[in-house]
Amino acid sequence: MSASSATAHAHVEHAGHHELGFVRTYVFSTDHKMIARQFLFLGLFMMIIGGLLALIVRWQLAWPETAVPGLGAILKETGGILEPSTYNMAFTMHATIMIFFVIMPILAGSFGNFCIPLMIGARDMAFPFLNMLSFWVTASAGVIMLSGFFVEGGHAAAGWTSYAPLSAVPSYTGVNWGQNIWCISLFIMGIGSMMGSINYITTIINMRAPGMRLFRMPLVVWSLFITAILLLLALPVLTSAVAMLLFDRTLGTSWFRPSGGGEPLLWQHLFWYFGHPEVYILILPAMGIASEILPVFSRKPIFGYHAMAFSMISIAFLSWVVYGHHMFVSGMNPALGMAFTVTTMIIAVPSAIKTFNWLGTLWGGRIQFTVPMLNALAFVSMFVIGGLSGIFMASTPVDIYIQDTYFIVAHIHYVVFGGSIFGAFAAIYYWFPKMFGRMMNTTLGHLHFWPTFVFFNCTFFPMHIIGVGGQMRRIYNPMQYEFLQHQQHWNVFITVSALCLGLGQIPFVVNFFWSLFAGLKAPMNPWNANTLEWTAPSPPPHLNWGPTLPTVYRGPYEYSSPESKEDWLPQTAPPVAAAGARRH
Amino acid sequence: MSAASVHSAIEPAETPLTPESWGKLGMWIFLAGDAVGFGTLLAGYGAMRATSADWPSPYEVLGINLTALMTFLLICSSVTMVKGLEWLGKGDRSKCKMFLFLTALGGAIFVSLQAYEWTHLIHRGLHINGNPWGASLFGTTFFLVTGFHGLHVTGGVIYLLAILRYVANRPEPRASYNAVEIVGLYWHFVDLVWIMVFTFMYLI
Repeated sequence: MSASSATAHAHVEHAGHHELGFVRTYVFSTDHKMIARQFLFLGLFMMIIGGLLALIVRWQLAWPETAVPGLGAILKETGGILEPSTYNMAFTMHATIMIFFVIMPILAGSFGNFCIPLMIGARDMAFPFLNMLSFWVTASAGVIMLSGFFVEGGHAAAGWTSYAPLSAVPSYTGVNWGQNIWCISLFIMGIGSMMGSINYITTIINMRAPGMRLFRMPLVVWSLFITAILLLLALPVLTSAVAMLLFDRTLGTSWFRPSGGGEPLLWQHLFWYFGHPEVYILILPAMGIASEILPVFSRKPIFGYHAMAFSMISIAFLSWVVYGHHMFVSGMNPALGMAFTVTTMIIAVPSAIKTFNWLGTLWGGRIQFTVPMLNALAFVSMFVIGGLSGIFMASTPVDIYIQDTYFIVAHIHYVVFGGSIFGAFAAIYYWFPKMFGRMMNTTLGHLHFWPTFVFFNCTFFPMHIIGVGGQMRRIYNPMQYEFLQHQQHWNVFITVSALCLGLGQIPFVVNFFWSLFAGLKAPMNPWNANTLEWTAPSPPPHLNWGPTLPTVYRGPYEYSSPESKEDWLPQTAPPVAAAGARRH
Repeated sequence: MSAASVHSAIEPAETPLTPESWGKLGMWIFLAGDAVGFGTLLAGYGAMRATSADWPSPYEVLGINLTALMTFLLICSSVTMVKGLEWLGKGDRSKCKMFLFLTALGGAIFVSLQAYEWTHLIHRGLHINGNPWGASLFGTTFFLVTGFHGLHVTGGVIYLLAILRYVANRPEPRASYNAVEIVGLYWHFVDLVWIMVFTFMYLI
């Protein structure tokens, strides 16, 4: 409403006249930058829990039914040995937490909030109060999700996809309130995410600074814009579906229970109609982040700016018509399967456009191997591997053999860890100086990146091999089948690598907190980047800029331009008027 | 509009889509997402009904006399909503307030009639998890879809009354024009969804 902009204006005038109290500044803040920090801390905290759950799962797979170190105190009856039900709970919650409470809060929540207003030249989001509400609703959903670990019967154990009727009938998994809590938490998270997407879309459409035309927006803003649209149109499907599931479990309805005339396949249709756009919700912001960082550290314009924007738009459109590839073996008309194979393969085209454009950006550039750049390069290369293994899954004849094996586990982790998490790390290293006003330590950054990159590949690449060898996804004990026993050494190797991958995150935690308090003070523009956030102080004050907003005269990637003596040309630099003034 | 010029005088922006009010775009976006939520429930209902062997005839079980009246009432409340905005645009605050009140009243009567209808049907044996006429999902889908819509109407009545108060408290009648237009968007959406629900759940 225009009323809120009037308030914003009043704030600009009175900035410094009154200080908000502690609670309004750090807890119930309506400042998009503080909300971004809150989302970041939420995501990183949940990442520790999700990561530890993954290590528990890996321990069981390498050394089945031996006591997991440190779990003896929690699982007192078994002395730390995972029972099948606990194991199911661990992998279910690992995926649920990582997808809904780590990647979405960090990429869409934190960097969406931080980047959108700062990079389009707005003082805040369109609806700051709604923005605050969005964080606290999401955080409550996270707390509710974690509370599920403490209820009788344990937490949800039907996989993150919660296929019915396994999830719909409590006696099948022995989980009662855990699954209900899972539904309630995701329902609430859906509401929080809707508030976020309303804010993002309105802000980007209405509040761009003068001169910031749509095709002058940085690509990360484009990616977050498209992500917000996907969130808006995909999450309500999940919200409705988890409500139906909850009614099946608590009110005795039978949407998904065949015994009462329901249809388990309905859950799969609804879940994947949400689930496939969700995959792109997780990866598109990381694509935007890479598109932002590669030009800065190649000192070159992005290759094919318009192609980058349009390929993201076409990925978003296509993401609605490919979801059936998750259900090839669920029972589907072969003609329909064929159609889904074709649409899925078509998605490879815009993805390849993006990859080649990233390579084209690097080509002939003066590449600076900073820590954010290394993470962005890791994103590009790992995304290529994840994308290629996706084509295997897209093809029905191949998919029938490798579906529900470790091949799909390898694929999802190459896309979501190799893609989204490396993208998130790149973003944290890149925007940390702007977000917190201090530089991160480069040595510790290298100490974090290299072990993460090496052990990531050692962890997830062999999963392709054992997957083709037949090891099932979500299997409790691979040693129970004779035909899997000969590849058990791979499971041990993967688990040792995963433990090293976990240890490799310690330098990051140290670096993050050390830099937060004792890092070097960050200059306004440490990377010599062009986009608008670097024209605000580090960290930007409330309402971001002084009395006047920046005016935009050019696109975001004019590096090494002949118009400028430096190798960068900010978006706020006015065009050079006289021809005589042009020198390079 | 005066609001538009005031806005851009405060913070210049590049070609905003709804310069007069950000809330208007925000409401449109919310409605798009909400429509997906309703769409999911209706699609689930359609899929379950199409594959069911013993789906009861809604015309016989539910009856449409009362709901036809409810539908008429809701459509009338959309008309009063339009009139309310029109009078506000002409600067007549008291007429606007009257029509906003009539709109909220229409919604309140709608919800009351729905409560009466539910009670009546529950007494006849239609429950969320079973009914004497056939597929148990008949009751499930009925209560879930009409209930979800009823919640929207209830929320809408509260929203309308809040806006009524807002209109009354503004020093200048036209200052609340955007707020009334936005609640109108919501109200017409709820009305439109009911037309869908009525068609798919009662008539067909």
